[in-house]
Amino acid sequence: MITLHEYPITKRIIEISEEFARENHAEEVKQINLVVGDYSGYVASSIDLYFGIIAEDSLCKNAVLNIERVKPKLKCTVCGEFFERRPFSFECPDCGGEGRPTEIGKEFYVKSIEI
Amino acid sequence: MSETKEVEVMQSVYDKNDEIAKQTNARLTEKGIFAVNVMGSPGAGKTSSLVKIMEKLGDITPYVIEGDIEADIDTKALQALGIKTIQINTNGACHLDSPLIGEAADALDVQNGVLFIENIGNLVCPAEFEIGEHVKMLISTVTEGSDKPYKYPLAFEKASIILINKWDLLPYVDFDEEYFMKGVRALNPSAPVFKVSAKSDEGFEEVVSWIKENLKQ
Repeated sequence: MITLHEYPITKRIIEISEEFARENHAEEVKQINLVVGDYSGYVASSIDLYFGIIAEDSLCKNAVLNIERVKPKLKCTVCGEFFERRPFSFECPDCGGEGRPTEIGKEFYVKSIEI
Repeated sequence: MSETKEVEVMQSVYDKNDEIAKQTNARLTEKGIFAVNVMGSPGAGKTSSLVKIMEKLGDITPYVIEGDIEADIDTKALQALGIKTIQINTNGACHLDSPLIGEAADALDVQNGVLFIENIGNLVCPAEFEIGEHVKMLISTVTEGSDKPYKYPLAFEKASIILINKWDLLPYVDFDEEYFMKGVRALNPSAPVFKVSAKSDEGFEEVVSWIKENLKQ
């Protein structure tokens, strides 16, 4: 049994893609376009690495996995600007105000499939 | 070769986990259970803190789901104290997910009380998965250092309550409280932060008061 962190989630990506492929009467999935925020905790390269093995008996076995990564952004509580944080800081580079977490960078979804 | 067609999907990969988490949460609520997802690094004192909390719950029944990669040392210790505890071994996986919790809660036969779900010792993955809990309790420590909110922002952002354990060791370590709290507040303006020591017992009365207050809601 594979209990790697990425396993159940890679399996779910394949299930979702197959579901949409079947609905569209496709015999195979050529490409899966996935959006992964860097805060989702999933290492894009690990998903990629195990994809081939997990997809073996599915409609996705020949699919190319295209991963669009999203850098997390904070929103400044003072000037409202969205910005990428620097290590060990939550400070806005424009005004020095404090940034708060946003949903940007937590994405993890199948955007589309190519069939 | 046939022409390629793009089909829009726009579906979250977490969908199944989150859906089961919602169902589990509803079922637990119906049974009068308040579920606490306990997160923290290995050695933060998750089990020791839970023991201190459970001692002070009075007539509220505690239940524990112990998540560990392997072994059942904590479960046996809790069972020896007479606490209804069940073990989940993930055999390598770094977090608990929602299907595991529903089954474990059924096996424990929980009813009216507080269910503590001790997640795998890890500050990364447990924060990403809803498991059917009502609140997330993060146990940090002075020995881990004050940079933890900056290194593991998601765990601090998602916490409903934060404990700083091993507070009795403060004189011996370089824990910068101001820097720690600055990071916590940037990520999480509202979670209460309690300084505790599972060794000396300090601070747990306040934690238990917070739990009792949230239990009523």
